[in-house]
Amino acid sequence: MTSVTQSTRQVTPTPAPQRATKTRRRIGDQVFSGLATGSGVTILVILAMVAGFLLMQAFPALTTPPAQLEAQGYGEFWSWILPFAWGTVWASFWALLLGVPVAIGIALFITHYAPRRLASGLGYVIDLLAAVPSVVFGLWGSAVLAPAVQPLYLWLNANLGWIPFFAGQPSGTGRTLLTAAIVLAVMILPIVTSLSREVFLQTPVLHQEAALALGATRWEMIRMAVLPFGRAGVVSAVMLGLGRALGETMAVAMVLSGAPVITAEILTSQNPNTIAAVIAQNFPEAYGLKTNQLIAGGLVLFIITLVVNMCARLIVARYKEFSGAN
Amino acid sequence: MSKRIEVNDLNCYYGKFLAVEDVSMTIQPRSVTAFIGPSGCGKSTFLRTLNRMHEVIPGAYVEGDVLLDGNNLYGPGVDPVNVRRQVGMVFQRPNPFPTMSIKDNVLAGYKLNKQRMNATEANDLLERSLRGANLWEEVKNRLDKPGSGLSGGQQQRLCIARAIAMQPEVLLMDEPCSALDPISTLAVEDLIQELKETYTIVIVTHNMQQAARVSDETAFFNIAGTGAPGKLIEMGPTVKIFSTPDVKATEDYITGRFG
Repeated sequence: MTSVTQSTRQVTPTPAPQRATKTRRRIGDQVFSGLATGSGVTILVILAMVAGFLLMQAFPALTTPPAQLEAQGYGEFWSWILPFAWGTVWASFWALLLGVPVAIGIALFITHYAPRRLASGLGYVIDLLAAVPSVVFGLWGSAVLAPAVQPLYLWLNANLGWIPFFAGQPSGTGRTLLTAAIVLAVMILPIVTSLSREVFLQTPVLHQEAALALGATRWEMIRMAVLPFGRAGVVSAVMLGLGRALGETMAVAMVLSGAPVITAEILTSQNPNTIAAVIAQNFPEAYGLKTNQLIAGGLVLFIITLVVNMCARLIVARYKEFSGAN
Repeated sequence: MSKRIEVNDLNCYYGKFLAVEDVSMTIQPRSVTAFIGPSGCGKSTFLRTLNRMHEVIPGAYVEGDVLLDGNNLYGPGVDPVNVRRQVGMVFQRPNPFPTMSIKDNVLAGYKLNKQRMNATEANDLLERSLRGANLWEEVKNRLDKPGSGLSGGQQQRLCIARAIAMQPEVLLMDEPCSALDPISTLAVEDLIQELKETYTIVIVTHNMQQAARVSDETAFFNIAGTGAPGKLIEMGPTVKIFSTPDVKATEDYITGRFG
């Protein structure tokens, strides 16, 4: 931190004495810009260090011949990691599918429908949800939610079994990928809701009145003015939620008993585990190449997150001209 | 397409606060009626009651009648959404939807009506509305670009195009030129002169010359003091209000002795 601040000070050009208009540099400005730059650089350094650690530690697992990995690790790397990568993405996908519409709905309710007192109370409760530790969510998911939704799974399987997701032999315990996804959806609710709410509150009254004056109903006004204005912000909110879902360990580990399978079915007892849960479950007993292999798994998770984020940025950038920021 | 507005004993409230008291007036079709008066006298508040935009603000409500060719806008069972489709509005600051193209902005209101339009009809309406707002020549080559990329004056004319695309009975304008430079102001004023052939126009303005230039009738609003409700002091032909008003306060305001 200090070294960073010093280096930025060296970069700062000293004002040439012969310059006619000498701008006096104020101490406060300099200190603050130093601190701000320092913080910015720090986050980059931390990110670089994490990436470096992952790459270095993962390297042995990626270069070792499969036969040796078979003996000393968990088996050939790509066939080992693929089910877990699939499980991670698949569980997060369902979490978003279930959680995001609800989150946006709550945010819209708070900003545009609820009476003011109810709105602030509800906002507070949502923020409280973010403070619940993930272990507690995990316990709740496996002990309460799983048995409670199991009959629903049977029904889904019996009536909508022709849809591939709901096919297969439904689990008798209810501890399935869908249950894990529901728990994840609840966990991403607070962040997606809070951020969306903030964005929706920023919608200029002018634009909302423009829509109303054209004879828009409240819902049409939200569709014309509020949602388009908030699109970039909501995408960011969803990305943060997705980040949490992808990386969530405890809740998934406690709900799922994972198996190394790749399946689209989400109601069976044969569920792909997620990368984060696999690492958490195996790391304490891992040694040697096994450790490297788990860290390589972490690297894969890191890359998945990165790719998803970049895709989201691309989507937002496509609408940049129409963002209302100009 | 243009209708007479008759207002009877209208009171406007913000919660418990009485903002405008006991206004009665008649606004003639195919003419321009200007509302003038000092800041805070309730001109804009009153204007917004004419298309039921007043009640959009939490706690705001209205007592009294506003008759559009005899139909009470505040009658039981009248849907404010339908009122606003008949009475268009242009705001103080240009507010095209930033997330929509110029074309979509103009057609926004029409799409709300869920009326099926084929591409030819849509393009017809688009061109007619933009020509009506004197904007067609300037934007015809960039209809798919965002409306927020236009200059302030162009944006305001885009908003006018958006309002007249709805083919309203009445067009309300709330200080439409206050955020514009003199040249754009002139463009909008010329436009108002053309539009009054077709529409009933009501305009709120702080600019006395503007009221004198564009309007046929002028209504002067005033308040007794802070916290007191705004009232309609005098209304009459613009020529008369600006030369021989009946009330001393009107004369004082117009000649610049206060306000």
